[in-house]
Amino acid sequence: MGFFQWLNDQLLKMEWLSDLIRNLVENVFGLDITTRLGGSIHFFIYDVIKIFILLAVLIFTISYIQSFFPPERTRAIIGKYKGFWANLFGALLGTITPFCSCSSIPLFIGFTSAGLPIGVTFSFLISSPLVDLASVLLLASIFNWKIAIAYVLAGLILAVVSGTIISKLKLEGYVQPFVYGDGSMEYVAENMGTRERLYFSKTQVMDIVGRVWIYILIGVGIGAAIHNWVPQEIISAVLGQDKWYSVLVATIVGVPMYADIFGTLPIAEALVFKGVGIGTVLSFMMGVTALSLPSLILLSQVVKPRLLTVFFTLVTIGIIIMGYTFNAISHFLI
Amino acid sequence: MKIEVLGSGCARCNQLEKDVINALAELDIAADVSKVKDISKIMAYKVMSTPALVIDGQVKIAGRVPSKKELHNIIKEATE
Repeated sequence: MGFFQWLNDQLLKMEWLSDLIRNLVENVFGLDITTRLGGSIHFFIYDVIKIFILLAVLIFTISYIQSFFPPERTRAIIGKYKGFWANLFGALLGTITPFCSCSSIPLFIGFTSAGLPIGVTFSFLISSPLVDLASVLLLASIFNWKIAIAYVLAGLILAVVSGTIISKLKLEGYVQPFVYGDGSMEYVAENMGTRERLYFSKTQVMDIVGRVWIYILIGVGIGAAIHNWVPQEIISAVLGQDKWYSVLVATIVGVPMYADIFGTLPIAEALVFKGVGIGTVLSFMMGVTALSLPSLILLSQVVKPRLLTVFFTLVTIGIIIMGYTFNAISHFLI
Repeated sequence: MKIEVLGSGCARCNQLEKDVINALAELDIAADVSKVKDISKIMAYKVMSTPALVIDGQVKIAGRVPSKKELHNIIKEATE
């Protein structure tokens, strides 16, 4: 346990980096890190460097694994299962299939035209941005493993339950007609060797870091501000553990926002530090990543308003329920 | 030779198109390069992840931008 704890503290939480930046802030800038300004600068530099290091390492590793699961293969795997199992595999494979919101439309069409039930496709589309391996390790780094695992379970349950309900509601008629194809699962398998996989992983790192760095800087900036400048009383009044409406507020603020999960983590970190309930914080994070205006606009090209409304409502309600549940069991998690 | 780059306008799709044009110039190979943005035409190739590279109707790459070396090899192979 001692060794594992050490690994966890040094590699995931990067305590060495925290100490290093503390030295920098105290000795080079001459600021005490217990003061507001010193504390903010320490939080900002330490968090930015930590997130970028973790991001690069994690995305590289995960992209390598992902290169074995292109969406075409995922579709063939999910197609073998029926009912609940199809939703579960849709949600699970959503966590490892390479996916960016720009490919959600071809993916939706590709899954649906091959004859997968739309509920299964939605399970995939919900879990894909919400739960990915990199974000889980970052959660473990910032909080702890219990919270990381609880987050994964919550995300998967949300994806499976929402997808199952969409299947049960028989909303197949609310998909734009051009989406339906010949029901064929056939796909072109391309051969990648180790060299191609390594190159793919490298380009994924550059691609993703290039796309999300701005969200991370903004996220850490907001986190640093919350950490040191926003008075405790204001946060407690709006999002405090004892306020019944805290989860609702967090969800309503989070849903229209569009940001990467990596940008929301530092905000979450600062909120938890300020005593906001873990369920409230997770609701905010899920709202930001699972639902956003851009993704809804994209989806509206392939599904009719009624199905879009059902999807949006189910996920929002799910996120709120998750928030209250996590707040209720938070003493097991922290 | 007919080369098509499939993709609905994401940054990586433009990258692939540029890479293909550069590769053709460097290899001194003539080909008819076009970009396919229409989603139903992309789906007709059974491709779900873009960018994708199609040479003479055959899908060579899907969902990634290949390295320069791999791209050169693919194009050279297709001309043989």
